[in-house]
Amino acid sequence: MLRVLFFARLREQLGCEALDLKWAPEVNCVAALRAVLAQRGEPWQQALADDNLVAAVNQVVADAATPISSGDEVAFFPPVTGG
Amino acid sequence: MSAGACRVQIGVQEAPLAPEALCKSLPVAGAVVTFIGNVRDFNAAAEVAALQLEYYPGMTQRSLQAIAEEAAARWSLCAAQVVHRVGRIAAGEAIVWVGVCAAHRGDAFAACEFIMDALKTRAPFWKKEYGPAGSTWVESRASDISRAARWRLP
Repeated sequence: MLRVLFFARLREQLGCEALDLKWAPEVNCVAALRAVLAQRGEPWQQALADDNLVAAVNQVVADAATPISSGDEVAFFPPVTGG
Repeated sequence: MSAGACRVQIGVQEAPLAPEALCKSLPVAGAVVTFIGNVRDFNAAAEVAALQLEYYPGMTQRSLQAIAEEAAARWSLCAAQVVHRVGRIAAGEAIVWVGVCAAHRGDAFAACEFIMDALKTRAPFWKKEYGPAGSTWVESRASDISRAARWRLP
């Protein structure tokens, strides 16, 4: 199982704050998970095509090649704007 | 002074910040630098009545802790404290408070500025502005990214 979280504008665009996905061997990195999510059709495809989105794996900022394995928590969110 | 000798404290809260009480909670030191960030009542020519601050429970706290610990490792500090508000915050209210104590002002000034620049670009918080025309998500700013880049070590 994978826990996938979405925040802020992305959460609103998708109408989804959290998903539990069955983990599969081909979902082995951030880029692969993103591609699988984009296949859900609109609004997923367009919202996830945003190059500025940040990914985090187990609450640490990740890049496209960061590995993912079963039990991980993966988050996608827009650039941060705190402070 | 090593990072281990520095008191690092971080907080994320919905309740309004109490800067005076936070200042009093800092240890006695030769140099104390504090920073308060307030919600502006304007942005990009639009009137702002309030912000809604979203965060990532868990990662946000880890990120603030890492930033404060990084400051404690880079400068000689005796305390580094960061408190950030989340939820709805009215214009004019404080959104973030940073307090840094050191033996000398150079370390305290630098560490405080580093913490804010790092927080702005690394800590997972997102602002949504509410005004007469409705609500909009705040865009990240290139100037914040270039300010944070100044602290990169060679």
